[in-house]
Amino acid sequence: MKPLDTRNSPYMYVHEEVHPVTPWEQFRQVVARTFKGELFVGLWIVFREMIKKDSCATIQYPLEKIAMSPRYRAIHKLLVLVESGNERCIGCGLCEKICIANCIRMDTKLGEDGRKKVSEYTINFGRCIFCGYCAEVCPELAIVHGGEYENASEQRAHFALKEDMLTPLETFRANKQREYDGFGALSKEADQWVTKTPLAY
Amino acid sequence: MSSEMAYVIETLVKALVIIALFSALAGFATYVERKILAFMQRRLGPMMVGPYGLLQLVADMIKLFTKEDVVPKNVVKPIFLIAPLIAAISAMTALSAVPLFPEFTLFGHTVRPILADVGVGVLFVMGVASVSMYAPLLAGMSSSNKWGLLASARAVVQLLSFEVVSGFALLAPIMIIGSLSLIDINNYQIGGVAEWIIWKQPLAFVLFVIAIFAETNRTPFDLLEHETEITAGYGTEYSGMRWGMFFIGEYANMFTASFLVSLIFLGGFNPMWFIPGALAIILKVCFLIFFFMWVRAAWPHIRPDQLMWLCWKVLMPLALLNILITGIVLL
Repeated sequence: MKPLDTRNSPYMYVHEEVHPVTPWEQFRQVVARTFKGELFVGLWIVFREMIKKDSCATIQYPLEKIAMSPRYRAIHKLLVLVESGNERCIGCGLCEKICIANCIRMDTKLGEDGRKKVSEYTINFGRCIFCGYCAEVCPELAIVHGGEYENASEQRAHFALKEDMLTPLETFRANKQREYDGFGALSKEADQWVTKTPLAY
Repeated sequence: MSSEMAYVIETLVKALVIIALFSALAGFATYVERKILAFMQRRLGPMMVGPYGLLQLVADMIKLFTKEDVVPKNVVKPIFLIAPLIAAISAMTALSAVPLFPEFTLFGHTVRPILADVGVGVLFVMGVASVSMYAPLLAGMSSSNKWGLLASARAVVQLLSFEVVSGFALLAPIMIIGSLSLIDINNYQIGGVAEWIIWKQPLAFVLFVIAIFAETNRTPFDLLEHETEITAGYGTEYSGMRWGMFFIGEYANMFTASFLVSLIFLGGFNPMWFIPGALAIILKVCFLIFFFMWVRAAWPHIRPDQLMWLCWKVLMPLALLNILITGIVLL
């Protein structure tokens, strides 16, 4: 096999140091490195960081937390309709289908009013990989990702039921359900992209 | 009270003060080191226990004292148990011949803050401080652990390397002063900053500082407990207070080394400008301890072969050259 640099290949040596060969060259390298003062540059840099104000990067976690981006994908939320307070979920089952970790399960039934009702909706957060496909596929913007990331628990069942993810009715009545601008939500200029559905196929 | 009785009591009090003070200082230095390293690496360091984490020291003490004293299977038990004592005892013994402060008068009685004013102070301190290298050597060899064994092999390498350099480096200033007593060395530098030996022997100063970094096992030369290479080195099998004694020994050695450098090269406890002597030496020692930690934050480790190369091929010839030039100038 030909040596690497003569082969017709896109790979090349980026950083090729010239190593000293003769003892005299070695000696010169040692002397140059000794008097170059690089060690003192290192000392100065750490000292500068020590005396610089507000250079500390630590977040004292349980006491202070960073603001999560709205696009952060943590524990899911099930939203409700603003006008009526009904659940947005229509039980189409797309999230269950698309879930690559196979962690979403839902049961549906026909309600008294003739509408499809979601009777059970669970997400197994032990399996969920928080990929966001469910929020992306949801046609009703019913399931979205929230910013709640402190989901350590003693019980596997915690956080996994529909009631835990659904906006509670009191929150909704107090007008506290925030229309969601995070993952799975419509973009700000979504209205511009709406076109009439061609009905005459 | 007879003068002998007073002498005995005074010596006992001094010994107790040295042991208590430097054990406490060693503990406090760990806190200071963690804080300084943290600030240099843009962290906060211990913050949870007490204000600014000051009581972290207490928490660590409680942990060390209450931890189980594990003696693993297959170790050479007597040596395994005695090795940490060597670290602590030799470090404290080295401090006994170091004049810590200038003389002061307490209740009409002149106190000399040195436990034993031996005539060959430098020799004694350097010798006993080197004995502390037996602690990692014996600990590593007896603990039936491959990392420990590697660490003790490295201890030998390190001892052979730095001992030559520190000895030769100290020879030149001793030739100028003509005495091995640390008090004589200190008194030689009376008369302000211009009289410090560092100005006459800058090369010896640099060589000696490098050598004490190796002697006290501090980064760049902390080969004995390189986490990335040999886990915790000689301390791998130790737990609880026995491990803590290695720590106390290491930090007490740092203080001894800082006092030595201050006394021999940086004017000792002579008054500096308007600063009184006692405060002057405290400031110098504090700076040197800070320098130890500063270097640890800034510089990488080196390999054992690099340490040997540095000590035998670079520093020792330089030290010999320094002695030669000093001798010629003195003639």
